Amino acid sequence: MLEKEVKILNSLGIHARPASMIVKLASKFDSHIELEKDNVRVNAKSIMGVLMLASEEGDKIKIIANGKDEEEAVKALVELIEKRKFDEE
Amino acid sequence: MKNKIIRGIGVSPSIAMGKAFLYTPKEIILSSKRKKGKIEEEIKLFEKARCLSLRQLRKLKLELKKMKDVQTPRLIDVQLLFLQDPLFLNSVEKRMRNGKESAEEAIINFAKGLEKDFLNIPNSYIAERYSDVKDVISRLLRNLREEEDASLEEFGEIGVAESFTASSVLELSKLGVKGIVSEGGGRTSHFVILAEALGVSTVVGANGITNEIETGDEIIVDGISGVVIIRPDEDTKRRFERKREEAIAIQKEFLEKKFLPATTIDGFSIDISANIELPVEIPLIKEYGAKGVGLLRTEYLFLTSKGIPSEEEQYNFYVKIAESVFPDYVIMRTLDLGGDKVFKMKMQEENPFLGWRGIRFTLSNEEIFRAQLRAMLRASAKGNVRILIPMVSQIEEILRVRELTEKIKKELKEEGILFDENIEIGAMVEIPSVPLMADFFSEVVDFFSLGTNDLTQYTLAVDRGNKKISYLFDQLDPAVITLMKMTVEKAHHNNKWVGVCGDVASDLVALPILLGMEVDELSLPLAFIPQVKEVIRGLSLKECKELLKNIEGKKSAREVREMLKEEILRRFPSFKNILVEVEND
Repeated sequence: MLEKEVKILNSLGIHARPASMIVKLASKFDSHIELEKDNVRVNAKSIMGVLMLASEEGDKIKIIANGKDEEEAVKALVELIEKRKFDEE
Repeated sequence: MKNKIIRGIGVSPSIAMGKAFLYTPKEIILSSKRKKGKIEEEIKLFEKARCLSLRQLRKLKLELKKMKDVQTPRLIDVQLLFLQDPLFLNSVEKRMRNGKESAEEAIINFAKGLEKDFLNIPNSYIAERYSDVKDVISRLLRNLREEEDASLEEFGEIGVAESFTASSVLELSKLGVKGIVSEGGGRTSHFVILAEALGVSTVVGANGITNEIETGDEIIVDGISGVVIIRPDEDTKRRFERKREEAIAIQKEFLEKKFLPATTIDGFSIDISANIELPVEIPLIKEYGAKGVGLLRTEYLFLTSKGIPSEEEQYNFYVKIAESVFPDYVIMRTLDLGGDKVFKMKMQEENPFLGWRGIRFTLSNEEIFRAQLRAMLRASAKGNVRILIPMVSQIEEILRVRELTEKIKKELKEEGILFDENIEIGAMVEIPSVPLMADFFSEVVDFFSLGTNDLTQYTLAVDRGNKKISYLFDQLDPAVITLMKMTVEKAHHNNKWVGVCGDVASDLVALPILLGMEVDELSLPLAFIPQVKEVIRGLSLKECKELLKNIEGKKSAREVREMLKEEILRRFPSFKNILVEVEND
């Protein structure tokens, strides 16, 4: 089980396209992956879950991964959210 | 009840009649008469419908990409992922297995819970995504009930919904749907622009239509006057059939002459250019006989699912348009968000139309503004780009834009990037302070563009979207005409040119007064260009000027319209039916 906190940096937050990107990426891993914001936890492989988080710029969200490839999964998601900022900037 | 009339806004120069269908039902309800099967059968049925929906959406995504639409496919992605969402799949399966629900019941019950969750989301953009989810749930149910690809027999000819998506319009048009009516949407909604480009008769803002219509009802959609008639009697049908045939004949005649210049009988010429926003419209600019682009809206780039576009992404889009219309010009309007187009949470205001919109927003978000101006300047290398500033109310705003533009020019020079040193910068005329101060504005701008929709709203203090007072909204109100005239006179006195990019430019009866003022350019939605050019060719500047003088004595929009209508009909008797509005019952 691995946890990591990330900050949402892109100005529109997790709207439709970033949400799709998260779900597509998370679905590539076998591990169970969840996102948590303000004590709400959602399945990172569920588009509805990720949209429901309604994360905006500046929000901190926690990535929680559990499974064989948890390390790679967390690393990939951190890269997408913080480094690539969903390729928006 | 026969002949039930609902008035909306007509946004296409054509009329459609036929059987209506509710495309996205107001409430998703159980409609299947099918007997519930065994659990395994229901699960199989669900799976079949789900796979079919996935296939249809993937095909649609490909088609949109072929049409160079990059944004809509991203919303289709949300729908595709929904159909594969583990939460959805587990919940539906549980309902079928343990709750003994049919496939249809399971989907509907799940959707009801989901809608509540979505409506509780404070972020309006995300909450709006429920429309995409609802869209895909409707598709799934259609596929489940029909167990085959949707056909026109099932749909009917006229789609009715609270709102449409661009992708649904494309799909319906492919299935042969002739018209659409929606409660929401406006002239600049993406689905409307697409419907126009595809030749689908469209009325938007038809409040209450989804409650009045049952699938199978006969319906007339008059995209010219904005009137929708439900269950018309034989007499009304005959009348509209005539009107429809005439509209088609007249349009055909217009289209044959679309490449002729817009020159009056007595030799006064005016540029007719296009209002565009979507990439799919670029190839149509020349096809409709437009001379360049008089208004490129840039909100589309910012409002779709992608967030703030990079300078590079903007540059690619701008330069493509500039190249495709060369040597004609393209007027690019900087970001005009706020008002009815909310960008993100932080922009939700008590009174958005009097709030942080247009230039007020971009001046306080310099990073966004700088990237956009840089992209526009870079696209101006061939010298056929102009920049237009929305929501201007103060001289100071233009001065600040100029300052920023000069800074960027210096940077570009240092970087060795080509651009147009003398690029023109103009102001939208939407707020009455601009006409009133037009002499002073003329010292700092190169041109003006009359945005008559907002100018009317801010002059008469009428929100057109508010049904209780929308009767007050008329772009031919004498007060609005006076402000337009004032702008043109002062601008011309200072050797500046004036264009019109508001709806008034596609209002046939308004053309004589716009010509009488001697505006320099009219910019309008693609579909209206051929007919506007034809009307101009039948007018004389001298008579238009006299008419404008006579208008000065009129005290209301109604008086103005009556007089203008008479004038147009005198010159174009064949327009009788495309100008006559339906009497209220």
